[in-house]
Amino acid sequence: MTARSYLRKGGFYLLVGVIVLQAVFPFYYAILTSLESGQAIFDVNYLPHVIDLSNYRAAFANGVFGHQILNSVFVATLVVVLSMLLAVTASYALARVPFKGRALLLLTVLSVSMFPQIAVLSGLFEVIRMMGLFNSLWSLIFSYMIFTLPFTVWVLTTFMRKLPSEIEEAAIMDGAPPLVIIRRIFLPLLWPAMVTTGLLAFIHAWNEFLFALTFLSTDGQRTVPVAIALISGRSEFEIPWGNIMAASVIVTLPLVVLVLVFQRKIVSGLTAGAVKG
Amino acid sequence: MAPQSGLARQRTRSAWAFLAPMLFVLAAVALYPLLRTIWFGFTDASLTSFSSARFVGFRNYLEWLDYGDGNGEWLGLLVDGRWWSAVWNTVRFTLVSVTLETVFGMIIALVLNQKFAGRAVVRAAVLIPWAIPTVVSAKMWGWMLHDQFGIINDILMRIGLLSAPVAWTASPDTAMAAVMMVDIWKTTPFMALLILAGLQMIPDDIYEAARLDGVGPVRTFRRITLPLVLPAVLVAVVFRALDALRVFDIVYVLTPNSPETRTMSVFARENLFDYDKFAYGSAASTLLFLIIAMITIGFIYATRMDLSGNRE
Repeated sequence: MTARSYLRKGGFYLLVGVIVLQAVFPFYYAILTSLESGQAIFDVNYLPHVIDLSNYRAAFANGVFGHQILNSVFVATLVVVLSMLLAVTASYALARVPFKGRALLLLTVLSVSMFPQIAVLSGLFEVIRMMGLFNSLWSLIFSYMIFTLPFTVWVLTTFMRKLPSEIEEAAIMDGAPPLVIIRRIFLPLLWPAMVTTGLLAFIHAWNEFLFALTFLSTDGQRTVPVAIALISGRSEFEIPWGNIMAASVIVTLPLVVLVLVFQRKIVSGLTAGAVKG
Repeated sequence: MAPQSGLARQRTRSAWAFLAPMLFVLAAVALYPLLRTIWFGFTDASLTSFSSARFVGFRNYLEWLDYGDGNGEWLGLLVDGRWWSAVWNTVRFTLVSVTLETVFGMIIALVLNQKFAGRAVVRAAVLIPWAIPTVVSAKMWGWMLHDQFGIINDILMRIGLLSAPVAWTASPDTAMAAVMMVDIWKTTPFMALLILAGLQMIPDDIYEAARLDGVGPVRTFRRITLPLVLPAVLVAVVFRALDALRVFDIVYVLTPNSPETRTMSVFARENLFDYDKFAYGSAASTLLFLIIAMITIGFIYATRMDLSGNRE
């Protein structure tokens, strides 16, 4: 009995070990590679043995990569702020005011979040050219609304619905205008949900690739995912893996830290966005 | 109750005022572009001249080209072998990836649902692949799968599973498997979290009762856990499947220009912007949209989602 339970426990921890190892190893290996340069990169190592920062120095050497990071920060931040502004009032209406067609409207918003990005790509390309936004960061801020806005509205609406109706009844009876109700009563309660959705929207915007690849055409305007995807050598045999890994680590580390710090919030946001049936 | 209905009417009016900006943005960013994409699919638009695009009917989808001597051939998307191979690649990718993600996600969720020392650390570690941008994941794995210097070949040769290095991403036999592997690695955490949320909703006393009745762990899983968590799993599977059907980033970065891994999205973008077949690419985008729309509608009906939010 004890032997069996030891065996079971050992097997369980072995499984846990495998799960952790597969999750962490690729990123660990990317860090390892980014710290090697020259010929050292081509020897397979499992443990760190040198710390050579030349790949990191090279990444920032000509200033373009730093600029691209700022592009990404700018786009993702503005996307979050704008979709929050639009979503808070909209989800108040969807969650708290009964009116005809509300269910259909929510369904429409939800279905937009299922849109394959490629299905709007050619139409969006035309709109962005018409507005003169091609190769401007505003093209991304505009187009990213297609995924951040429905998601934000959906999560905030479900969150607001759960709040008891008593909290605003007195204010309605006193004749407080809806904007005041939102600002004074709902905004303070909404903060946790807004932090969660804001984080997820930020991560999504930070990682987006297809629109950024299509709507921006010069190096200085690009966001980091596209920049990393387009790093190449003069030939297939000269791909600068060290530089790619250093750039990858730089853009991923903040995300990993963010996710580890806000782990609980992110998990609750992901499940609120999906487990609704 | 005249004053109250006046108040209600006023609230409804302001509700629409609140919704208007969001609806306007969604219309500009989703509805109008979608309609234009569908329209372009029926025209001869090219990248440089979509303002002068002319309506050409179904020519991009299917057209009979008559040679004038009684012979001829069918042209268009519906008889394009490259398109159908992209469809098949996407379907294959979706089926295999989502199935394995569900299985691995379930295993990880079951582990995380146990109480053990260090659970918080493990849950944090599991989230890491999800946090890494897709492009970065593809590059990281591209390096690990490198034919000459990759660590995967090194590991497999050390333990004797391989006798010679394999060009995982370049070889036609393994390119799709490599893409699937990266996707499974990256998205299993998402699956695990959604399933875990479902598992945590199962009340403990059910397990307690099963334990008192002496039901073994395998039967407990099959008779209690699985049926109760199934709705959550199904929702997660549908979300993932819709996501997998539009896969683009991983394929574009990990295996560029490989016919074995070309998916519907990659096919459409290639035609739109690389081959200057804007109308043809728009037609492909439209077909992809139709496929995903049909699955979504089917799903909403099948699960009878309650969207009204009416409380009794």
